[in-house]
Amino acid sequence: MHIVVCIKQVPDSAQIRVHPVTNTIMRQGVPAIINPYDLFALEEALRLKDKHGGTVTVLTMGPPQAEGALRKALSYGADDAILITDRAFAGADTLATSFALAAAIRQIRKNMPVDMVFTGKQTIDGDTAQVGPGVAKRLDFQLLTYVSKVSSVLPEQGQIVVERRAEGGVQLLKSKLPCLITILEGNNEMRFATMPNMFRAARHAVKVWDREAAGITDEDIVKIGLKGSPTVVSKVFAPTPHTEPAEMIEVESGHPKDIADTVLAKMFTRFPAVAKEIAKRA
Amino acid sequence: MSEAPVKKGKRKFELDPRLASYKGVWVFVEHERGQVHPVSWELMGEGRKLADMLGVELAGVVMGAPGEETRRFCNEAFYHGADLCYLMQDEILKDYRNEPFTKGLTDLVNAHEPEILLLGATTQGRDLAGSVATTLKTGLTADCTGLTIDPDNRSLAATRPTFGGSLLCTIVTLNYRPQMATVRPRVMAMPERDASRTGRIVEQPLGMVESSIITKVLEFIPDANQDKPQLAFADIIVAGGKGMKRPENFQLIWDLAKVLGAEVGASRPVVQAGWVDLERQVGQSGKTVRPKLYIAAGISGAIQHRVGMSDSDCIIAINNDPNAPIFEFATYGIVGNAMTILPALTESFRQALATAKKAG
Repeated sequence: MHIVVCIKQVPDSAQIRVHPVTNTIMRQGVPAIINPYDLFALEEALRLKDKHGGTVTVLTMGPPQAEGALRKALSYGADDAILITDRAFAGADTLATSFALAAAIRQIRKNMPVDMVFTGKQTIDGDTAQVGPGVAKRLDFQLLTYVSKVSSVLPEQGQIVVERRAEGGVQLLKSKLPCLITILEGNNEMRFATMPNMFRAARHAVKVWDREAAGITDEDIVKIGLKGSPTVVSKVFAPTPHTEPAEMIEVESGHPKDIADTVLAKMFTRFPAVAKEIAKRA
Repeated sequence: MSEAPVKKGKRKFELDPRLASYKGVWVFVEHERGQVHPVSWELMGEGRKLADMLGVELAGVVMGAPGEETRRFCNEAFYHGADLCYLMQDEILKDYRNEPFTKGLTDLVNAHEPEILLLGATTQGRDLAGSVATTLKTGLTADCTGLTIDPDNRSLAATRPTFGGSLLCTIVTLNYRPQMATVRPRVMAMPERDASRTGRIVEQPLGMVESSIITKVLEFIPDANQDKPQLAFADIIVAGGKGMKRPENFQLIWDLAKVLGAEVGASRPVVQAGWVDLERQVGQSGKTVRPKLYIAAGISGAIQHRVGMSDSDCIIAINNDPNAPIFEFATYGIVGNAMTILPALTESFRQALATAKKAG
């Protein structure tokens, strides 16, 4: 069984700051990590490999530095790693990104058939959740999103049963391989990298593919990167504080109960709707 | 997955004449187990504004099993502002599945050519939007927080957070139609329901047979646990952050929430530390909420949290750091130790409730 896991290297958004004066992103010193949602996908793929045997290939599109994310994935136990990187990919939106990734997966298939593609439910920097569905459509794979559990896989019969998170419940879905699955967070925990895998990851030759190696012809250049992106950012701006700063509650006694009484009195006067809401619960 | 690029260039824009026939604003009406997701009506309210700005019609798209229920969803769409509904009824559409819904919605778009198509940023909406946009090869802007029409070129200007919510960006889809966008629940306000409104229904068949569809729904297991937090629709939320210092201190949050009949929320670091369930996370990577009252204890108010709760009517913030960003946008600020302020608030609310009860 061959599973391709699509991952993305992202800036650790918890550590991003906006410059207070210039309103620009301060990128310096922000560490790059594997998109945390993708780790759940990688772990799920590794578990299936533990159970059924097979190969796990990690794939990413990004700048040359994204190789770091792939080596990390190798250290967790992935067998092979491919980075597609080319200036022509720059500025891709979700539609153009899915085109490039789908092309690369077709190249991977030439060497070894692909049974499943796994990815995280979304990234923490783009947050769109759209690339997974896009890749599935382009490959004509069955699409199974928000999968909380891979209940069973019968590789011989090409069958799979999964639990999919829906609004208000869980759908138990039976489908066929090949399929693309986006894995929901929180249902597994990434294993620790073992010492042998760490050494292997350091030595392993990550395959680096440019546009042509990724199987994208000159003709299809208009479908990738900036050219292949229907959406255009017209402006980037910092959220404007449309609200006034808080009214600070200070009382002479400094006693917590006096503070509490004061804030309630002020609030009930200014927000009758809140007072009404509270009264409903009496 | 990356942010779309900033293209500099001419402000003047001429729409490709082939795309000029695309007219009208559509809202996909999402439903599951006989319930329309409220986000669809929130979008209907927003779609109404966009349609009026453009001077075009607003349509709901209802896809489901044949029957009264599906028809009723069309009427509800009219009550919430739609002028017409595109209705597709087939037993195949009884449960949501990617393949038939993608085909159905794609066919409807190709037949009737809307200029704008809006969907909820839910598990269903995101599954469908990504598939339909890729099939149509058009632009899709996910998780928008603001939608308007650019008066210069009549295109949809969709604003969304970027870089984990640190910045906002406005995205346009120029030479592609329809322009697609998803919006999270509770980001837009619910419009008034007007049961006197009517509209016309345009029906179109799905044109698929069950045997051609690969993925089958074996079972739908409804969430048994009805205590599951309904954060998005709570009127009062008491939330805690890393400033609560220790997981056991979080009990003070639960105590206040219990007195108020409130939901408990949390910031990302607290969820990541495993103090509370993921379901309770408020912010960019969690839930968007708009309660009447939001009490934030030990939450610094980082932008990632702010984007999920700043639409609350009244925010009481407690933090021991007078420079915490939350004081820049909260309604009331209390500089102090949350571990002593919270029990005092619990007591004061308890007394207020007793007074309200006596007053009847």
